[in-house]
Amino acid sequence: MNPEDLPTYSVADADRPPYSLEDREGRTIDVGVATGADVSDLVEMYERFDPADRAQGIPPVRPDEIHRWLEVVLEGYNVVGRHDGDAVAHSMLVDTGEVDTCELAIFVLQPYQGAGIGTRLVESAFGLAYDDGVTAIWLTVERWNHAAIRLYRKLGFQETGGGGMELEMGLRLTE
Amino acid sequence: MKKLLGVGGSQDSFTALERTLQRVRNTGDEVVVAVVDNPESTLSADEVEDRVRRALEDVELEAEVRRLEGHAGSGLLELAEAEGFDEIVLGGGRRSNMGKIRVGEIAEFVVLNSRVSVKLVR
Repeated sequence: MNPEDLPTYSVADADRPPYSLEDREGRTIDVGVATGADVSDLVEMYERFDPADRAQGIPPVRPDEIHRWLEVVLEGYNVVGRHDGDAVAHSMLVDTGEVDTCELAIFVLQPYQGAGIGTRLVESAFGLAYDDGVTAIWLTVERWNHAAIRLYRKLGFQETGGGGMELEMGLRLTE
Repeated sequence: MKKLLGVGGSQDSFTALERTLQRVRNTGDEVVVAVVDNPESTLSADEVEDRVRRALEDVELEAEVRRLEGHAGSGLLELAEAEGFDEIVLGGGRRSNMGKIRVGEIAEFVVLNSRVSVKLVR
């Protein structure tokens, strides 16, 4: 599909970190840009991650592999959500190699899912990426991952293809 | 064990090739390499076959190399059933820069339709 034909998401309303939000459970979540300084907190988060929520091989299981994976991921646009100092959610956009295009993933620790945190973190990552010239977002998601697909649809993502096991979706960022 | 290894020209199919040949050299299993048409690959069938034959020479292994025309997944299934293979071996998918694995179309078709065991090499 031609990127020009994709639905658009306006980054005008996306909050740029740092900021705080109150989630649907009334918890205060502190949102910030994730950098190399956050690696050990993120490793801790992914060590607590429910293996059933793993998607297409990420996050890796072993701490050393989580480390190596984060080194690559943190070269992109990353937003971390913290509750009482602990990292509980992480959105990421990583360069796909195609011009101005990033791949999206969002991970939220189980007790914090369904509380609106993931959506806000993804929107913030879109804001950061757009400010830096990224205009197209791409992702793949397993067909049975209904929660993730719902979130992506709500943000405007449209199916662009995919085989039997995954959906491929795309979105264009605008002012 | 009689293994049918499908190679279509993607990077993961060559990884599966190298790993399987190494393994077969140690176990003495029988392997047939099927060069299949992968529409996702940029290499021609001739180029894929050349690489397969070179890989065989590298490990000093004699194995039959066959060309399968047409739909790769169904061709592999038919051959595996017709000639009593115990296992189909394929590349395990490619990773995006972010690290997400995507299983290739051929592997997906074979996994969902095969009556014999399927091994995806990572």
